[in-house]
This record gives sequence, structure tokens and C-alpha cells, in this order.
Amino acid sequence: MTRTFLGMPATAPAGVGHLRGEEPFPAAARRALADAQLRRNLGHATATIRAKSAGVIGEVPDWERLRAAGSAIKADVLARLPELLEQLEAAVTAAGGVVHWAADANEANAIVVDLVRATGSDRVIKVKSMATQEIGLNEALEAAGIAPVETDLAELIVQLGEDRPSHILVPAIHRNRAEIREIFLRAMPGVDPELTDEPAVLAAAARRFLRQTFLSTSVAVSGANFAVAETGTLAVVESEGNGRMCLTLPRTLITVMGVEKVVPTWRDLEVFLQLLPRASTGERMNPYTSMWTGVTPGDGPQAFHLVLLDNGRSAVLADEVGRQALHCIRCSACLNVCPVYERTGGHAYGSVYPGPIGAVLSPQLTGVADNASLPYASSLCGACYDACPVKINIPELLVHLRDQAPHPRGEAAVMAAAAYAMDHPALYAAAQRATRLSRLTGRRGRGLPPPLSGWTAGRDLPEVPAQTFRQWWAQR
Amino acid sequence: MSAREIILARLRAALDPAPAPVEVPRDYRRDGAVDLDLLVDRLIDYRARVHRVAEAAVADTITGILPTGATVVVPPALPPAWLPATVTALPDDDLDTTAIAAADGVITAAAVAIADTGTVVLDGSPDQGRRVLSLLPDLHICVVRAAQVVANVPQALTRLAPHRPLTWISGPSATSDIELNRVEGVHGPRTLHIILLP
Repeated sequence: MTRTFLGMPATAPAGVGHLRGEEPFPAAARRALADAQLRRNLGHATATIRAKSAGVIGEVPDWERLRAAGSAIKADVLARLPELLEQLEAAVTAAGGVVHWAADANEANAIVVDLVRATGSDRVIKVKSMATQEIGLNEALEAAGIAPVETDLAELIVQLGEDRPSHILVPAIHRNRAEIREIFLRAMPGVDPELTDEPAVLAAAARRFLRQTFLSTSVAVSGANFAVAETGTLAVVESEGNGRMCLTLPRTLITVMGVEKVVPTWRDLEVFLQLLPRASTGERMNPYTSMWTGVTPGDGPQAFHLVLLDNGRSAVLADEVGRQALHCIRCSACLNVCPVYERTGGHAYGSVYPGPIGAVLSPQLTGVADNASLPYASSLCGACYDACPVKINIPELLVHLRDQAPHPRGEAAVMAAAAYAMDHPALYAAAQRATRLSRLTGRRGRGLPPPLSGWTAGRDLPEVPAQTFRQWWAQR
Repeated sequence: MSAREIILARLRAALDPAPAPVEVPRDYRRDGAVDLDLLVDRLIDYRARVHRVAEAAVADTITGILPTGATVVVPPALPPAWLPATVTALPDDDLDTTAIAAADGVITAAAVAIADTGTVVLDGSPDQGRRVLSLLPDLHICVVRAAQVVANVPQALTRLAPHRPLTWISGPSATSDIELNRVEGVHGPRTLHIILLP
């Protein structure tokens, strides 16, 4: 590799992490749609959160002004990303932290493994983090003989159930309370065999199970919701207190953060701390938000490492239309309103980023060829754009990425023929008359013959009228 | 080329041609009068228990919350008059985590409270102590003065110092992880009392 090549925007490498599915979306979605329990669980959960979120957003008279500000701050961040990261690095370092840079998932995993090894610990406690899921950190730690313990309730359900996350905010959204009880009874050491499926009882079981682990583990790994360039302050928003445990109790804290999470000023948090909780959990404020700047003597971890992760983000930034996907604050509002997500769930998307935002972010991080079906995992209804607290125009991005996705040869041939016919009026008129013949081929929806049958496998052919417009006009 | 140089070079290459500078519109609400009743309403809505008393009545109020003989963790500069004689105080002279976790409760002051969202913010000042004190006990009593209450999130940020370790608390520990509904009580204190002083 040449130096020039190294410095050019790059997509996330294959073979590490969880950005690529094993099969295309339509195949995975078909299997998910056949699971009636999954559809009931998702329908119930997404309906609950939509109602809660709409209620608390309705309380805020300046919601649209906050969205506009949030969107503009993120656009400003992207326009000045290199200088803001250098400013953040200087501020964190001045406050006693150590900043590491990771060009991709492999580098980030190696940095974290080395940092944990240096502490001598063979276990880490983890706060839920999309970035560490994206890079497959848990697998890398396990391969190095280090046990990662997920402490978020939903992550714990996924980890104990040997399952995969299916939602950005609530990775176990596909499980209902009865299924969670079964997983705990089967896989949680020392669990009370009389456990009921009351949510409060299930939460208490997780509290008992993790308490000793919190108190006896010397290293934690977290993500970050925001990092303030001017002050070096990191922020993690959470609900349960597992985040506070991880950010407070261990001697060493390692935070892995995508480079786009930086915000310029302290004041910018006033926008996002209003947008994020109402859009994500439908609360006026999430139960706990922790903010820390470097190391505070006598309070919390005395060693702090910040790992800044690219892993494909530079490639997303290089696309002037596509880069707005990096505005995402991981609230998951777009998942909760999406008619496709509500029916298929998150696993069908293959990547740790499911739903509408995943359909535009994953293909850009990996290169469209590696997630070519995802830009089509949408009806383009636009509900995601309306719900997005930072106004990411997801439908525009989906169409933009569909243009870049490789198209089947048959489709390209048909489109070329159509373009030629439309350029030649006599030919076009003849073609229109010819379509009438298709009325003879049978009733609506039967589909086109091969090689065009792929197009009609998931679509109905429109009914062809008895006469063309030109014929009708000629008779007037 | 270090990873740092590679990433910065990639990002600079991605931003060529340079995007137009962005002006951030800041016409959202920043001013607004403090409404203590709204704070109380928001706190109760998220299952915090609220007591509005005069400062002289704090100790009596705590007597009503904690049973006689209960052990409570006490940050270094908590006003001594707040502490009732009925409880056993555990002053934080570098208490170990086991002792903190075994206590029946913790009493702290606060730095700021936000009426709009029902939030109290601790900043690690000596009357609040290090972060672990308000984390491990299952019951947290937080005393807030009316003068510390602001109307909204923007006002709170102007009062807070970014370099201090900050903990924003909105109700007791809770989760939305089971069927996306809020359930109180996971790892943080499962009971939160707010004593609001005039």
C-alpha cells in the first residue's frame, strides 16, 4: 500500500465486526415474517414507544427549532471534523486522559485488548455501546482470554440467550417477558428458580446477578453519546445505573467512540440532551446521564483511555449526500416508526445498525456492494425522516444508495430499451400499443416471464388500460 | 504513517471540496421562569418521592424516611443539621465500596435541578461527595434548594462546570428494556427522595 492510498477515505474491513449480514435482506426478512411471536413482540413494543415518545415530544413547543439546531450542529461537526478531533484530543489529554486512534475495527480491538492486558484483568464490564458491537470487540476480547460482561439489561438478555441484538436502543426488543424469564432460568447462574415474568422481578434478578461483578471488576469499556471538543467532556446517557457503575467503580475506563460523536461546544449538549431522551425512550429525561472530563483525583477511574474510531466513517463523509447519515445520535426513533422494521425486526438487516438508519449507514460503512439489498429494505414512506430528531433525510439517502447499488443485467437492459423507446416517438407509440397485448396474457399480478420475473416476484404489474392515451385523444 | 495521521488525512480528503460553513440556529427556548410546582410534578411522574419542607425540618423529614438505627453514607460537607439523631452516619473518610453498598441509604445535596425534566444534577462538590456514594446504596435522599432550580436544560448547562464529574438523575433507576415500557429499579438506587427547600 502506498502512503497516498492509506490517506484516502476507506470503508470498514470485512472479516471483523458486525456490519454485514450472511444473506440478503429479502431472504432474511421472509424468515422473520414467518415468526408470528416475533411480529407480536415487535408490534407491541414499537406501538408502546411511539405513543410515549409522541406524548413527551408534544410537550415541547420548540421541538422543530431544536431539530433544526441539532441538524445544523451535526453538519457543522462534519464540516470541521479533523480540527474538532484534534481539539478534543488536546482537551482530553490535558485533563489526564490518553487518546488512541483506530483506523478500523482490527486496530480498535487490538488497542483495547492491549490496554486490558496491561491492567492484568481477565474480565471487563461493559456499558451498552453500538461502536463496540460494530467492531466485534467482545469476540476479540474472548479470543484474548478476557471475559466481557454486558451489563445493560437488554444486552445481558442477548448475551445469556446467545442471541444477536435486534434494535439500537433495546437489543432484546424481539423478546417478551415470558421469553426473558426462560432465558434467565436457563442461563443466569444462581437465579431464583421461583422467578416470575414480572418486569420488576426480572430487573431485580439482573441487579442481584451483576452486583458482585460490578464491585470486583477493575476495567470497564464504554461507548460515548457525546464528546465535547472544547472541554474534553464525555457523556453517556443510560437508564439502569449500569452505566454509572461501569463509569465510576473500576480503576481503568476505556471508551470507544466513532469520530462523528464529537460536538464543538459544551453548550451544544443543551440541544441533544433535549432531543435524545424524548426521541429514544420517550422520556423527558433518561434516568441517568454521566459526564466526565479526563480523570478526577479521588473520584472514579484513575486511568482513562479514549479510542477514536474511523472504521468506514471517512468513506461515509466523502459522499456529500450520504454523509448526513453521520448525524445519527442512535436514538432509534426511525426503527420504531418504520413499517418494514416493525414487521421484520432487526436481525433481517444483518448489521448491528438495523432499521431505516441501518439501511443507509451500513452500506456506506462497508461499501454498497457488501450490503446491496439494504437500500431496498424500505417502502420510502418517509416516516423515518419525520421522526428523526436531527432531520436525516433517510428516504433521499435510500434513493441515492439505490443508484449506487449494483443492478442486475436484465434490469439494465430493460431500462436501456425503455430509454431508447422514449427517445423515438414512433417506437414509443408502438410499444404502448404492444402493452395492450399483455391484457391477453392473463389477470393482474401474474408477473413477467424470466428473466424479468425477479422484478415482479415482489410487485404486482399495473393493470394495462384498454386503450392508450393517444388512442383515446385521437377519438375525441 | 500513524493511525492518527491516516485518519486525519482520510477525513481531510473526504472533505475536499470543503463544505460551506454552517450557521447553527439557536432560536429554541433558553429563558423561562422557574416553576417549582412543575418540578414536583415531573419528579412524582417518574416515581421520585417529594417532600417540600423548611430547612429546619430536614432532619425530621429524614427520620420519617429511614427507620431508627439505619446506616447512611454522608458526604464530607453535608450540613450536620440535616442529619437526624435516629440514624447512624457513615462519614465518607475514604469508605470502601463494600461499606457503601451495605448502607441503608445516602444523603446528598445537589448542584442544580431542572423543572422541565424533573432532573437533579450532582457535581461532586463536598456536600455531594464522590460519585460512588450516591450509586451503591439502594435509597438516595437528595436535598435541593429552590435557588438551585432552573427552568430548562439550557439554563442548567450554564450553571454547571464541565470539568467536574456530573451525574444527572431523573427519578430512581429504571429500564425500558422489557417490552419498551419503563420499569423502576435496576442497578442504581431503587428509591429516590427529593427534599425541596424554599
